[in-house]
Amino acid sequence: MKRIAYDVRFRAVLYTRYPFTMDNLEVLAANLLSPVILAFVLGVVASLVRSDLKLPAALYNGLSIYLLLAIGLKGGVELSRTPLSVFAGPAMLTLLLGLLTPVFAYNILRRLGRMDRVNSAAIAAHYGSVSAVTFIVAITFGTMTGREPEGFMPALVAILEVPAIVVALMIAFMRDRRAGSWQDALHEVLSGRSVVLLVGGLLIGTLVGPKGFEPVAPFFKSGFQGALMLFLLEMGIVAASRLRDLREVGFFLIAFGILVPILHGTLTIWLAQFTGLTVAGAAVLAAMVSSASYIAAPAAVRIALPEANPTFYLTGALGITFPFNVTLGIPLYYFLAEWILG
Amino acid sequence: MSRHSVVPLKLVTIVTERILEDRLLRTLLDLGAKGYTLTQATGKGSRGVRASEWEGPDTKIEALVSHDVAEKIVDHVADAFFEHYAVIVYVQDAAVVRGEKYI
Repeated sequence: MKRIAYDVRFRAVLYTRYPFTMDNLEVLAANLLSPVILAFVLGVVASLVRSDLKLPAALYNGLSIYLLLAIGLKGGVELSRTPLSVFAGPAMLTLLLGLLTPVFAYNILRRLGRMDRVNSAAIAAHYGSVSAVTFIVAITFGTMTGREPEGFMPALVAILEVPAIVVALMIAFMRDRRAGSWQDALHEVLSGRSVVLLVGGLLIGTLVGPKGFEPVAPFFKSGFQGALMLFLLEMGIVAASRLRDLREVGFFLIAFGILVPILHGTLTIWLAQFTGLTVAGAAVLAAMVSSASYIAAPAAVRIALPEANPTFYLTGALGITFPFNVTLGIPLYYFLAEWILG
Repeated sequence: MSRHSVVPLKLVTIVTERILEDRLLRTLLDLGAKGYTLTQATGKGSRGVRASEWEGPDTKIEALVSHDVAEKIVDHVADAFFEHYAVIVYVQDAAVVRGEKYI
């Protein structure tokens, strides 16, 4: 009897003082052992042993369309029953972070990393923008551990995706007159499939509402986790193929790819307490803000800043930050959110 | 001996990153090409880089054009894209059936 009381008290003390209590380690293990993350690891292993495994381009294109439209739709349906007063705060915060994070990233790269302007701006565009797959994994992790984030989160992804790329390109274009095409780059971002599908899905979801979503819900809900697993398998293969470039990018960018997400994530959670987001909502927003885009941003940057080295920004976003976020980062953001907001 | 006469033209081939496809096709038509053929391509060259793993493979653009247009295309591609992008461009002689369609 006495023993049990002691255990409970001891655990409570541990829980408030130290990050790595049993509970948190269990949560971390739950993430690392989820089917989605194990599929990612399988992809990495397959690439490292030089397996011939590769998802056909049409399949992973199809999967990404399915995933983006599904989260857009679900977000739209939720948005249709969310009062504007609840949504306004998180939306403003997201926009603010989208404008600030590329400036932080740029200055860290320039001042601490001593990188040239063009490469700094190119990398800043990626780290300011958002990886939709990291977002989906963060949502899935919350649901899996019984902490449901706000339903309108996908709308925040749409808000976060574009401004950071524009800000980072503006930094590059402000410094000197450039040859790259600014309009073509903007068109690439705004007409890129992730923006079209997310915004389109949000609009459709908002218009049809919960009742109208019902007939298509089985297709977009029940297949979602399986599709995500297949997509992460491919992501594992792609990320591992980037690992070979690690030596080329150097120690600074590797540290940048892990520490800057933690910085951006922590800042997000700290600011989230003023917006009324729940613990899970703040953690998911932190995962979004800390993530680096590898679909919309590379396309825009390749057009606007062709002299930037794609090895730097792709290896950073795909080879370092994405694997870090989906394995350790997301549990960390949930822990921090619970700590600061809980 | 063929019953159809052939016209001497130039076959311009551009192999490049998919991301340039739209822009190149627009310029090709602006510079006087009447049409083009697109093929998905993969390969290896001095630049191992592609803008995104999701862009798909490279693209191969072929166009049958007059001598003058071929020169304009080669100059444009060289000036605009050689410095920063993965691009191959070459010109071959072609004897084209119904060649008058392409001038």
